[in-house]
Amino acid sequence: MSNNFLRRVDLIFDKDCDFKQVLRNAYKRSNDEIINELLESGLRGRGGAGFPTALKWKFTSEQPDPEKYVVCNADEGEPGTFKDREILFQVPLKIFGGMTICAKVIGAKEGYIYLRGEYRFLLLELENQLQIFHSIIDDLKIPFHIKIVMGSGAYICGEESALFESMEGDRGEPRNKPPYPTVSGFRKKPTVINNVETLVYAFMIFRYGARKFKELGTIDSRGSKVFSVSGDTPKPGIYELELGMTVEQFVQEFGDGDTKAVQVGGASGFCVPRKKFKDTIIGFEGVPTGGSMMLFNSSRSMYNVLKNYLEFFEEESCGQCTPCRVGCQQLKLGIEAVKKGEKHANYLEQLQKLAQTMKITAKCGLGQSVANSFSSIVENFREEMIY
Amino acid sequence: MTETRELVKKLADKYGRTRESLIPILQGVVQEERYISSEAMTEIASELDMSAAKVYGTATFYSFLDTQPRGKFVIRVCRTISCSMKGKNLIIQELEDMLKIKVGETTSNRKFTLLETNCLGWCHKGPAMLINEQAYTELTPEKVRDIINDYMKK
Amino acid sequence: MANQINLTIDGMPITVDEGTTILQAAKKLNIHIPTLCYHDDLCVAGNCRVCVVEMKGSKTLPASCAMPVAEGMEIMTNTIKVRTARKHIIDLLLSEHNAKCTTCYKNGNCELQELASEYKISEPMFIDLVPYKNYQMDAYSPSIIKDDSKCIRCQRCVRTCEELQHVSALGVAYKGAHMKISTFFENPMFEVICTNCGQCVNRCPTGALIERNYVDEVWQAIFDDDKHVVVQTAPAVRVALGEALGMEPGEIVTGKMVTALRRLGFDSVLDTDFSADLTIMEEGFELLGRLKKALVDKDPNVKLPMATSCSPGWIKFIEHTYPEYLDNLSTCKSPQQMFGALAKTYYAQKRNLDPAKIVSVSIMPCTAKKFEADRPEMSSSGYKDVDYVLTTRELAVMIKQAGIDFSALPESQYDSVMGISTGAAVIFGATGGVMEAALRTAYEVVTGREVPFNGLNIALVRGMDGVREASIKIDGTKPEWKFLEGVELKTVVAHGLTNAKRVMDAVREGKGGWHFIEIMACPGGCIGGGGQPIPTNEEIRRKRVEAIYREDAGMPIRKSHENPEVIALYKEYLQEPNSHKSHELLHTHYKARQRY
Repeated sequence: MSNNFLRRVDLIFDKDCDFKQVLRNAYKRSNDEIINELLESGLRGRGGAGFPTALKWKFTSEQPDPEKYVVCNADEGEPGTFKDREILFQVPLKIFGGMTICAKVIGAKEGYIYLRGEYRFLLLELENQLQIFHSIIDDLKIPFHIKIVMGSGAYICGEESALFESMEGDRGEPRNKPPYPTVSGFRKKPTVINNVETLVYAFMIFRYGARKFKELGTIDSRGSKVFSVSGDTPKPGIYELELGMTVEQFVQEFGDGDTKAVQVGGASGFCVPRKKFKDTIIGFEGVPTGGSMMLFNSSRSMYNVLKNYLEFFEEESCGQCTPCRVGCQQLKLGIEAVKKGEKHANYLEQLQKLAQTMKITAKCGLGQSVANSFSSIVENFREEMIY
Repeated sequence: MTETRELVKKLADKYGRTRESLIPILQGVVQEERYISSEAMTEIASELDMSAAKVYGTATFYSFLDTQPRGKFVIRVCRTISCSMKGKNLIIQELEDMLKIKVGETTSNRKFTLLETNCLGWCHKGPAMLINEQAYTELTPEKVRDIINDYMKK
Repeated sequence: MANQINLTIDGMPITVDEGTTILQAAKKLNIHIPTLCYHDDLCVAGNCRVCVVEMKGSKTLPASCAMPVAEGMEIMTNTIKVRTARKHIIDLLLSEHNAKCTTCYKNGNCELQELASEYKISEPMFIDLVPYKNYQMDAYSPSIIKDDSKCIRCQRCVRTCEELQHVSALGVAYKGAHMKISTFFENPMFEVICTNCGQCVNRCPTGALIERNYVDEVWQAIFDDDKHVVVQTAPAVRVALGEALGMEPGEIVTGKMVTALRRLGFDSVLDTDFSADLTIMEEGFELLGRLKKALVDKDPNVKLPMATSCSPGWIKFIEHTYPEYLDNLSTCKSPQQMFGALAKTYYAQKRNLDPAKIVSVSIMPCTAKKFEADRPEMSSSGYKDVDYVLTTRELAVMIKQAGIDFSALPESQYDSVMGISTGAAVIFGATGGVMEAALRTAYEVVTGREVPFNGLNIALVRGMDGVREASIKIDGTKPEWKFLEGVELKTVVAHGLTNAKRVMDAVREGKGGWHFIEIMACPGGCIGGGGQPIPTNEEIRRKRVEAIYREDAGMPIRKSHENPEVIALYKEYLQEPNSHKSHELLHTHYKARQRY
């Protein structure tokens, strides 16, 4: 790799891994030891929100209910994200392994993988891999079973409580929180729900130990992460990189020499303009991301980018709460009206305020995060919105 | 017994008759009949002893649970910005020309339906599309012609 | 006792039970937080977001209706952040809403309008979305009009239909910008499993769900000199009408209502309570007849338990959901329809009127009665038995239109014939009332003695529990009813269709062993009907029920079989309960409808 600051890592896709041995070793340890190891690693959720994985497991393990579940969130739908597909395709056993360790800690007998409908072509092979997996854990006498549940084309089902609603056969509408999934998740039972990548990292931490993971990254963003790189880049694809790099470092590696903006975290993430590349760290201390990195060069209209995102949200909002359902429509129509000259440019400020209201009043993460891309794009590319 | 009723019964036998079976059954109907008719929904409501309005509400929530008649092959072209940047519109144009339909329509022989959809998760290999479950990536108009010609023979 | 939680709201400390929401805690401090999707009768949705508040330490504003209190919580309900957010949310709702308030049926009784006024929304802040929407209006039903352009998607109707009524004729369909409240496949309400109960109408905060109103048609009839317009008033109307005219819940306004109706120009002001008493005679003897068939004749075809048939919402529910039990329904028509059939026969004859020139109007707490009056089964007089059904709310509208100062009206008496009634008829308006009235009569018919309860009040069947069982042992029977000696008459009462379902599922499973079932479609019975003043909630229902029993206690006659006009009717016209003539006019059968 040409850039000294970008460190490629190979934890996720590393094929040199004795699955059975890792699981056997993990199962020899007490639940407290497992939670402490995870806590020590500093692993935070890789779906985007970044909740400490150890705490999720710990809280769920503390619930007295005998019926608990572990759910793998494979409803990867964030525009610009495709790393879970690759993980599911290449190293499914590691995902199952992460779920199995979690099941031990919390006391779950059943696990579920919620696979997005767009990835149905992976189903057959995943089922084959599950067969292999089940025969291994039968061997190890681990009482755990994993099933795959298929999604059907709804971005919002990536939101954990919407995902449970969907698994229960309902519309994927997010629930009120609290209660959180650790208390009331799938079937209203205590549930750990983790992203595909998180589960693999959890598994790999029990292969390499927390220390190796913790050596990577920064204080706030430990370890490495799989990035989905797309847009104006000569080398689009999937890269596992150490956390803590700046956008500038990233652009040096992946840009086409004319990058004017990077959208970090997909439609619900932040747009970082060229002038902020240097000072923006990719990670929880800067711009967090579920892995989506979209590069735009100077030939692209950021108005089109934003409009594309807003069309996406307008359609993919579940529609139940006012700020998100109506707000998304207003933001989209609003920027169109400004662009067409039907509204004065200062209407953008009105829309910015609306986006802030959405951020603090929407029922779930979807509605709350629309403001991320909206505000960062409008603020940094105001002229493109008007002219 | 009509075919649809038989199908719903078969699916309910397979997936069960609880609320949790609803989406797998709806998916099963789409796989067989390419869409969920009003008849299928009332059959499902009856099998699962639930309100038909709720079946309808759930079905219409999910983009892949079509409630309008679709062709044998449903083409879903990714409309996310990354695919747009790589020439999605040319792909749509080519498909429209070949199939002589617009986005949202079905060919008169009920063989193809052309739709746009949200991110398919192939952003590094755009433009991308699904035909039923199969993903096609790094599309060009030429590639699309070959793919569709193959399907036309199916 | 629940754990106690300490928190402050707007700087005021308060201690509440664990599990209390911020909204409930604020209410205890007399702090009003605006709400739209919240309703006392329903589960919490938390989707309108109007009730957001600021919570110290939180970047987001939680919805107070859905957020439980926590120890040490500091809540602020009126900050600039909260005000801005609420204003935005109201503005967003308005942008999606067809805000032609002046021509809206709910003008003046709309929660969105009230909020807009409270927050002084003047110029629309955002783009009007209505032209972008393909809003539909469903005006096919004789009971309910659904106008999507007025809908704010709070889902109160959906929750009502599911939680209270277990019907789910309404659901939520589609997502995102297209999300809407919809029937199955967006079919007209008329064609789906809707029971027309109108509970959704009663809970809709805007004009998206309203009753089909017949106010103008009734005015037309009143001002048509050629027509003789009779009006009947249901038992539950007299304890609720006042609320729609500025009075407190629980006031009995029977006398004022009669005066008002006379002033409106009705030619004869009569009482559904009369035909309620008649219903008790017909239904009571029908029950005794069925018991005889079962116990003496050992007739295997006799259907028990027998279920009441007064509530048209319940009738439509059983037609769709339990058609195999249609024969268990009493064949009696509802009091409204018995009245209607007699108005154009017996009454016409007595008053020497041409039935073709009689217009029969009823004032009902109910929207399903509009549908009932339109049923093909309901024309045994040779005409449409009841021409127009108005809800309590529509009557209030007419009274206002006529410029009547309702609270200042003197009281007056119903006209005759068909205007005299008993306390047994009044209690038809509350859940358990039909059962109580029937027991008062049946017991006395069989034993020759009054029911053995203090002051005729059968407390066993009263109350607000969803399903209430009661049994009464019959002894000391008259010779002709000897077969009932020692029989324990088992009854069950249910209100709200979710509870009706519980009872019917038990019947289906062979449980219960009941002889007689009373079911009312609406929570609380007719006093909580879909046509009653808005708002209706648990506290208001309780006050109306109390008023009903007060009215009963104050009546000179309290048993249906002692109603002199009913006695005269049998003597002059019908001969005896369940006679051939009775069957012709007062009884009917219903047919199965599609389940989905």
